[in-house]
Amino acid sequence: MSVFNQSRSRVVQIIFLLIFVVILIQLINLQIFSSKYKLAAENNAIYRKIVYPDRGIIFDRKKKAMLENTISYDLVVTPIESKGADTLSLCALLNIDTAEYKKRMREIVFKYTAVKPSVFEALLSQELYAKLYENMYKFPGFNLTDRSVRTYPFNTGAQVLGYIAEVDTSFLRRHKEDGYEMGDYAGMNGLERTYEKVLMGERGIKRFVRDNKSRIQGAYENGMFDTTAVAGRNLYTSVDVEVQQLAEKLLANKIGSAVAINPKTGGIIAMVSSPNYNPNDLTGSARRKNLGRMLLDTARPMFNRAIKGQYPPGSTFKPLGAVIALDEGLITPDYGFPCYGSYTNCGVIVKCEHKNAGHAASLRLALANSCNSYFSQVFRMAIDNPEYHNSTLGYLKWKDYMNKFGMGTTLDVDLPSENKASVPDTSVYNRAYGRNRWNSCTILTLGIGQDKMTATPMQLANMMCIIANKGYYYTPHFVDSIEHEQRDDTVYLAKYRKKHSVIHTSDTVFRAVHDGMHDVTVYGTASAIKVPGVEYCAKTGTAQNPHGKNHSLFVCFAPKDNPKIAVAVIVENAGYGSTWAGPIGAFIMEKYLNDTIAADRLEEVERISKADLIPTAIKDWYVKKENQRQAKIFLEAEAAKAEREAESKQSTNDEEENSEKIPLGSEKNIEQLEMILPDNKNSKSTLPANKKDSSKKKSTNTTTTYMIDDNKKWLVKKSKA
Amino acid sequence: MSTRNIFVSKGVDWTIVTLYAILVGIGILCIFMVEYRSGTNWLQLFLGGKTNYSKQLIFAGVCTLVATFILLADSKLFTAFANLTYVFGILLMLATFVIGKDIKGSRSWIALGGGFNLQPAELCKIFTALALAKYLSMQNLDFSKKRSQLIAVGIVLLPALLARLQHETGLALVYLSFFIAMYREGLPAEILVIGISFGALVVATLIVDPNILAITLTLIAAILIYILRRQIKRNSRLLMIIVATWAICVGIQRFAVPYIFNNVFECYQSQRIYSAVGKDYDCTQNKHNKSEIAAGLKGSFKPDDYNVRQSKIAIGSGGFSGRGFLKGTQTRGKYVPEQHTDFIFTSLGEAFGFIGCAIFLMIYLFLLFRIVNIAERQRSTFSRVYAYSVASILFFHIAVNVCMTIGLFPIIGIALPLISYGGSSLLTFTVLIFILLRLDADRQMVLR
Repeated sequence: MSVFNQSRSRVVQIIFLLIFVVILIQLINLQIFSSKYKLAAENNAIYRKIVYPDRGIIFDRKKKAMLENTISYDLVVTPIESKGADTLSLCALLNIDTAEYKKRMREIVFKYTAVKPSVFEALLSQELYAKLYENMYKFPGFNLTDRSVRTYPFNTGAQVLGYIAEVDTSFLRRHKEDGYEMGDYAGMNGLERTYEKVLMGERGIKRFVRDNKSRIQGAYENGMFDTTAVAGRNLYTSVDVEVQQLAEKLLANKIGSAVAINPKTGGIIAMVSSPNYNPNDLTGSARRKNLGRMLLDTARPMFNRAIKGQYPPGSTFKPLGAVIALDEGLITPDYGFPCYGSYTNCGVIVKCEHKNAGHAASLRLALANSCNSYFSQVFRMAIDNPEYHNSTLGYLKWKDYMNKFGMGTTLDVDLPSENKASVPDTSVYNRAYGRNRWNSCTILTLGIGQDKMTATPMQLANMMCIIANKGYYYTPHFVDSIEHEQRDDTVYLAKYRKKHSVIHTSDTVFRAVHDGMHDVTVYGTASAIKVPGVEYCAKTGTAQNPHGKNHSLFVCFAPKDNPKIAVAVIVENAGYGSTWAGPIGAFIMEKYLNDTIAADRLEEVERISKADLIPTAIKDWYVKKENQRQAKIFLEAEAAKAEREAESKQSTNDEEENSEKIPLGSEKNIEQLEMILPDNKNSKSTLPANKKDSSKKKSTNTTTTYMIDDNKKWLVKKSKA
Repeated sequence: MSTRNIFVSKGVDWTIVTLYAILVGIGILCIFMVEYRSGTNWLQLFLGGKTNYSKQLIFAGVCTLVATFILLADSKLFTAFANLTYVFGILLMLATFVIGKDIKGSRSWIALGGGFNLQPAELCKIFTALALAKYLSMQNLDFSKKRSQLIAVGIVLLPALLARLQHETGLALVYLSFFIAMYREGLPAEILVIGISFGALVVATLIVDPNILAITLTLIAAILIYILRRQIKRNSRLLMIIVATWAICVGIQRFAVPYIFNNVFECYQSQRIYSAVGKDYDCTQNKHNKSEIAAGLKGSFKPDDYNVRQSKIAIGSGGFSGRGFLKGTQTRGKYVPEQHTDFIFTSLGEAFGFIGCAIFLMIYLFLLFRIVNIAERQRSTFSRVYAYSVASILFFHIAVNVCMTIGLFPIIGIALPLISYGGSSLLTFTVLIFILLRLDADRQMVLR
């Protein structure tokens, strides 16, 4: 029989061979021709952990940290891997419902695609982090990542420091080569933004091998592919935190700005824009809410008026006007002008505060008395300078001076989006009046810091620096040095170490200006404002503007003989420069120079801090906003009540009629309430727009108040039309 | 006796012993790869005997002992006790229904005490092989007769049935491998052809849409009738056969297969088979699942191809030359379930890639061919049938296990011979192979 079936032995062997060949073919298919399994294995097992470096810290001039880092945790999800997640328990932990969960998932998938890890819940509280950490194994696709978050121990300098925020898709598009990833944080404003590359450091990536329960088994390939995180470098600024705090306090409840610069270095000692906000509001979990509120706020707390606000400088411009005329050799310090209460040489009347003869008998006197006529005349002399044949060329020369002094140009401070304010170009006047149809008379009020001239508070402070330094300045800046400074950092700092010599007039010229400004503090407009133990120079300003009450301005530097600080203060719609801006500037100088405020003056600090000078329009806006909020709460409560009633009534017996009636009733409620609060909608639309004007100040209107001549008034109007 | 003891090695096929030793060595290495954790002192653990690879080494030692005893034994012993051990094995299997111990959901184990458990269905493979050999080597047996064929099939299928009743589907299927041995002894080839056709039809049913498959079958039948119309005219029975075959095929495809999947198989089994052909099985149609739901249990709905997916990832990530010894992340991360037992092949595939797998499979193939050669050189039918049984069992285990890990076969619990971790599995194959070697050493004797 065995002989009979011998051939079957071959068949059996062939069957064996056949199956093995099939297996080998499948092995070739799996191991050689499919690359996806290799990827899948890596995705399974290799856990890439991004090690965020500590962001650099920003110090003030006394090496106090203005901001610090703390650790916070984010819940990150990769939607495509989260299929098996225990949604219910996750929702319970995060205290959201499943609808919210689905909504967020949809948003994430829509915004960031399903395959990339994106933040599901940012900045978890410690307690929530602990709970989630214990339960992470239930949520495949979810991860907890730590990151450092800013805290601000002094609660100060929000607009200067800026904030960091998660990068969005447009940011990623703009910074493609910088290696940002979804979920990274980057500086979005202020110094955080300007010095982003210095502060961010270098991210490290660590690769771990993880097991089927996502437990880390050890480094992948002994860390061969790991890159270490390099901490961001620290910034050392010239800011004095205490001065900054004081300035913020003094400007509280006002709209305005203050800038203090060390004229010797250009380092900014304090920069305040009011209203401002607590920088800690933009970290932590309430960030989104606070940011929304601030962006909608009509007083614009996010808007840094110190570098973006455009204000007519008013009388604070006069020292500069004098310096220009002196440098051009048009006047000498002894030049005098007979003023009897107004300047009439141009047909228009420019009023002056003083009538007594001889109050402008010299430059020093004219400055001390802030004589409008004197400086109108000086301005006209500059424009009609016979050297330049016609007023257009004269004006161009004058404008050139202005630009050299940093007016009408950006100074290139180390904050983003600085505004250059405005020293109008000739084309502006050509358009307004026609080519060669304007002269020194037409633009007369430029000479007293009005007309179309505007300046930012920082420009005014810088102007003070130049005058204090007798002709040179360093570009205003915050950052004096960077930790472990490298060659590349010259991009940031070289420009701040270069001395800009504006003019080379003799000392005597500046001495006259200094003396005049000193006299202001002795018997002039600022005579009531003292800085204990310090002789200082100042100029007040009361700028007319189209948005209501005059702006209160004050520029100063101190000490007189060896200037260490130059300050510019503006309080919007607050009246005379000496009433509000003056004392604020004085306190800033005192704090910086004496390191403390004299005990008997602290009361005054409190008085100024509490004084509420916010324009009524803005206050009204707040009131209405609050009313709307209250009404909304009330209506919601009403609606809920009505609903409850409807339900209870429905359950008793009459079904259809009641259920229809009661919602109708609640709608009536809404209408009634809207009648109680009539101009909700109006206030919303008009007020913010109104406010926008007041802070951007296209001050064409200013002129009209001076131009008594009807024809000219008409001209201006026509030109506007 | 004494002379034989001195020459115990005489006539032993050392090639097979060497292959055996190599495979057991590879097995321990693979288990070591699965168990290894970086940073642990593996030598200490190894010597401590707590880890699976050291346990497997101990098992290997025990097996060496057992193998020596077998080689020392008289080959007449096996023929003499063949029927007795078979009966004993069947009784043991029956006993499990009474005193069985529940391990991983199947009551197929008997506790031996001291933490050791015995799986009678595993042992029964040896007994069945011996019993089949004994039956087929009966002097007055004519295997071409239907009756003797049925008895032989009965001998094989009885333990298979019992194993199935113990929910050990994998072990039950192994008994099908005896058909290869029986085929060699003269079982009609038609049975194999019909079996393979049935398998092909079931797979086709799963893959192809039922209506399209029915139309295809009808077309094939019609074309056959057209081609064979001459013969049909002469012999009308041919037509009958074709029509009957067609009816059976369509019947299987339409009713039998869905019935089996919905009513005979458990939900997870249906799912595994479906997922092996890359399809999802809807568990709501499953009778077992329905009754589970009716009984208030959760029931299973989700198709779960995690095992096979991870297994394929592990093997696939090995690439051509592998990721290197102890470098495989799938193995280190324990992504493949049951990797030290049923999925041991994955650790090999990941670490040594296609080259390693091919060499490994060649060793197996060489072993199988060697056994077939040995079988053919036997003078006694008993030895030959037994040798073919061993080859078939080994082949079936290897083929099913490897196909399962590379996604060509549904997942069933079948160990990779001599490689997978587990004392009883290793012992069973050792005994199987060394009985063969003992018989082969005495091939000059005529055994009945």
